[in-house]
Amino acid sequence: MSYFGHVFTHLRKDIQLEWRSRDSINGMLFFSLLVVVVFSLAFDPTAAMSRQIAGGILWVTLLFASITALNQAWTREQRNRVLDALRMSPAPPSALFLGKALANLLFVALVEVVLAPLFIIFYNLHALGQGWLLLVVMPLGTWALVCNGTFFAALGLRTRNRELLLPLILFPISIPALLGMMQATTAILTGESEPGIWIRLLIAYNIAFTTVCLLLFETVLSAE
Amino acid sequence: MQRSRIFASVGIAWLLLTLVVIGYATRQGLILAPTDVLQGNVFRIFFYHVPHSMLSLVFPYVNFGASLCYLFWRRRDPLKALTADAWAIASAEVTVVYASICLWTGMLWGRVEWGLWWTWDARLTSMLLLWLLYVSYLMLRKLSSTGQTHTLAAVLSVFAAIDVPIVYMSIQWWRTQHPAPVFFGGPDAGLDKSMYPAWIWNIVAWGMWGLFLLIFRYMLERRRQQSQQDAALQAIEASLELAK
Repeated sequence: MSYFGHVFTHLRKDIQLEWRSRDSINGMLFFSLLVVVVFSLAFDPTAAMSRQIAGGILWVTLLFASITALNQAWTREQRNRVLDALRMSPAPPSALFLGKALANLLFVALVEVVLAPLFIIFYNLHALGQGWLLLVVMPLGTWALVCNGTFFAALGLRTRNRELLLPLILFPISIPALLGMMQATTAILTGESEPGIWIRLLIAYNIAFTTVCLLLFETVLSAE
Repeated sequence: MQRSRIFASVGIAWLLLTLVVIGYATRQGLILAPTDVLQGNVFRIFFYHVPHSMLSLVFPYVNFGASLCYLFWRRRDPLKALTADAWAIASAEVTVVYASICLWTGMLWGRVEWGLWWTWDARLTSMLLLWLLYVSYLMLRKLSSTGQTHTLAAVLSVFAAIDVPIVYMSIQWWRTQHPAPVFFGGPDAGLDKSMYPAWIWNIVAWGMWGLFLLIFRYMLERRRQQSQQDAALQAIEASLELAK
């Protein structure tokens, strides 16, 4: 089987698992809905103000929601010692990682698709800048969160307090990416500045960290 | 035994020398350097603040280098890898100490000069993020289970090292898009010749002190590793005795 064949097999397995339980998607959806409601209660935003803060709130919501799913992502492999079987299999470990990360990307993207209309309704949004650029920023930002998140979830898998550890190491590393997503989204929504530089930052961040994740995943998987 | 005694005496001599140099540098900074025309005596905190901020940018390189060495030697030469790991933890801890002192003294100065404890200026934010990265590194070391701490920490250190330049660039862009607060242009803005000795002595003094802390922490970690190995060896020997 080719490398991408392996990736596809892992991806299909993860989608199948999720399809049967729908735990993490449902959890993420309800969690992000709650965060959106709590934030609108906290700020009670007007249309002009909501354009300023919606970019930040959107990404904070997605960050928290994806943490809840990422913590579960590898735990299911630990049941019945599936992870040990995967470690012994001759398939390249980075394919396992890529499949898992792509599956998480898909789940978070689904949440975004449901969340976007809610955001527009609750915060009275319409973009003053080039709205179509959001279609570039959203996947780039989501990948930045999910790629590192999947990696660190695997890194923290066999530690004590792994639910606590994931945000503790994911947030500091993700801060430049978060800054990029939030600034790009705010720039698009308010139309006051150019999002170009932040999109380039996100692309550079994604390229750098996807490469490192793929290179180091084997080390983390077999760390004993 | 002979070797460790030489190490100990060299270490004590270095510590005494460092203390003397710190005393001399403090005298240079607090008494001999002329008072700043604009800021008065408040600026003297810079003799303490700037060396610490410079050095807290040096120790992360030690940490990164040691972590790369660890990952390289992990399978090839586990004993050397342990040495590299001891360097990594020592430098990470010294980084956090120096960055904390840098942030703290900076805030003290900012309270007097700007009237604010904190502002989201480019340099302040990047230093804070550096501090956060290395605190999270130490948290990982604390929370991971013993067998795999070294590897996981080394991996995280590589991530942190890649993150630092990206953080630096992004914070620069972030702050140039907004009106920047007034910022004193650092020591190079109109530095008088009469201040040179105080600067140089302070940088040397805190560099020596940092090196002492680094090596002391390294030796401590080596001792800990050694006693762990001895305990493991004894356990194996005891189980062999039982098997007979």
